[in-house]
Amino acid sequence: MSARDTVLAKIRSSMRVSGSEADRRKAVASRLEDSPRGIIPARAQLPKAGQVDLFCTMAEQFGATLKRVGDYKDVPAEVAAYLRSRNLPAEIRMGADKRLTKAKWDSEKNLEVRPGPSDGGDLAGVSHAMAGIAETGTVALFSGQDNPTTINFLPEHHIVVLKAADIKGDMESVWTVVRKHQGKGEMPRALNLVTGPSRSGDIEQTILLGAHGPRALHVIVVE
Amino acid sequence: MELTANKFKANASKALVDAQLQKALGNVEKGFIGKRQKAADALPEFEALRDNARDIKNHVLAHLDLYLEEYERKVTAAGGHVHWAETAEDARRIVLDICKKANARTVTKGKSMITEEIALNDHLEANGIEPVETDLGEYIIQLRGEHPSHIIAPAVHLNKEQVEGDFRRVHTHLDKDRDLSEPVALLGEAREVLRQRYFAADVGITGANFLIAETGTSVIVTNEGNGDLTQTLGKVHVVVASIEKIVPTLEDTSQILRVLARSATGQDMSVYTTFSTGPKREEDPDGPDEYHVVLLDNGRSAMLGTEYQDMLRCIRCGACMNHCPVYHAVGGHAYGSVYPGPMGAVLTPSLNGIDETGQLPNASTFCGRCESVCPMRIPLPKMMRHWREREFERNLTPAVARYGLKAWAFFAKRPKLYRFAVSFGMPLLSLFGGTSRRFHALPLAGGWTRHRDLPAPEGRTFLQAWAQREAQKQEPAR
Repeated sequence: MSARDTVLAKIRSSMRVSGSEADRRKAVASRLEDSPRGIIPARAQLPKAGQVDLFCTMAEQFGATLKRVGDYKDVPAEVAAYLRSRNLPAEIRMGADKRLTKAKWDSEKNLEVRPGPSDGGDLAGVSHAMAGIAETGTVALFSGQDNPTTINFLPEHHIVVLKAADIKGDMESVWTVVRKHQGKGEMPRALNLVTGPSRSGDIEQTILLGAHGPRALHVIVVE
Repeated sequence: MELTANKFKANASKALVDAQLQKALGNVEKGFIGKRQKAADALPEFEALRDNARDIKNHVLAHLDLYLEEYERKVTAAGGHVHWAETAEDARRIVLDICKKANARTVTKGKSMITEEIALNDHLEANGIEPVETDLGEYIIQLRGEHPSHIIAPAVHLNKEQVEGDFRRVHTHLDKDRDLSEPVALLGEAREVLRQRYFAADVGITGANFLIAETGTSVIVTNEGNGDLTQTLGKVHVVVASIEKIVPTLEDTSQILRVLARSATGQDMSVYTTFSTGPKREEDPDGPDEYHVVLLDNGRSAMLGTEYQDMLRCIRCGACMNHCPVYHAVGGHAYGSVYPGPMGAVLTPSLNGIDETGQLPNASTFCGRCESVCPMRIPLPKMMRHWREREFERNLTPAVARYGLKAWAFFAKRPKLYRFAVSFGMPLLSLFGGTSRRFHALPLAGGWTRHRDLPAPEGRTFLQAWAQREAQKQEPAR
């Protein structure tokens, strides 16, 4: 008997089931099919405008800095201003996301945009989020060429661009976005929900920012 | 680690007089209790979410075989490999084989209690592979050759001066005169040192907070980002997780996430909640080439259908130990087992047998705080009581306790004799209580009075008070 069969047989023996019970199979199939939403906190069920405001409040509360801009064409200037304000070199790492690459980076003559995944040598990286969660000020990032996962973790400063229209009230609504893009039951290779900058409380329970991931998270919300 | 659970009493006595430890343990109460309460109070739906989280996990456990099959199917469809491990030894062998196939010399590790349970690091080292813990707390205790004293704050038993000493001892390539007096400097140094290790590692090993059947996804919840670097930068990602980590859907995961971080650290969300599904895809510029999941049973299947089944709902938030007066007093190492505190007092006997662990379910005052804060509403005191019963049935309870219980039972079964004995025993004790109304020493009660006074009996006995209460209740009816 394989280890798989042994473990499953032990589970079934303890539970006194065979695995072929129609009602049990149906219960599992319908939960996977229906994916019930459960309890959604009232604070996450706001009208759209309220959701964007709540997202901004929560993101800042959990340690991110945040800037709202009117259009994608304003993003390069905001990125450059952020780097200057932190005394960082005018260099960023960025993936192939068209919403980002189409922004007018030429307007920032001195800013060097390096394409592709991070090799660990970047001080600042720019990603585009797939969605935002107002409830907790969280950004949702999908892996892939458009937004390589390494950019989310290796640079000291992570700048995340997020479209206001992509901000959802609750976490469950992000799963609707995922299913729209990937199909039911499918996921991107990595999906990162990020809430504030990296932190640790492991030494005397003192919370410190910038553990292994970015020391700072800056969110640019495009209206 | 070597199981020394049955030395709990001796370990606890040592812990109580360890000044360094006692200082560090102050951070547990200071660091966790208020934060959890604040986070719970700020979410009006928190109690309802706890109920729902419990119900989701109960549903999973009732259908565990079927969800595991579905989960395996989805992992495989995403290009990952599922390995089933019946025992800790099987899991160690499987992980070592994967590492050997990858010609691994070093592996990085995200924080994982399950790899502590299977003693993976020792096994890898014995086979010439260097495991590098990357969570700050885990890194510190690895340098010290210790084990985690807390399931989410592994180095909570240490003070910053001890960490400074370890860093100076090990990081000898750095300037001797550097200032490490503040935690921020220690964190910065660990960050620099470990950065090199992520890139050098061939394999990254993590645990999983959840395994999602709907999508074949493993989820890790962290604050530092080390788990993500571990699983993104290695050529091979190995997830080691036990069978009860399954949740049905993405929505179910969200429901439990809402109670997890709040119960653990008092955060609304941990900084990084990462969903991993299979290896690097064709277009991906980063991510691991191989993705393996080792599904560990190690005694859990035998807990199903027993009075200990509810323990399998545990999501390892640590709230039970954060609120436990026994844990506060002695810390995690005194338990002498991988899992400390109330959850460990229930789980360890299930995994290792009550013969070797009988002192753990006795290391509780049954104050009930653990159950009152458990996000999954696990009846921990009830299950510890079940273990005490098993222990008694098997004649494992110490002789003094057995005779004491027998003597008490003799009187308790003879109410008249009991009342007679109490009716002059209590006034006598009260009399000897003197003006301080306390005993600093009592025959046969040295274990109690060595550390605290015993209050002298005051006023009426319980039975007298009860009788009077009952009489008062009946009066209006007359």
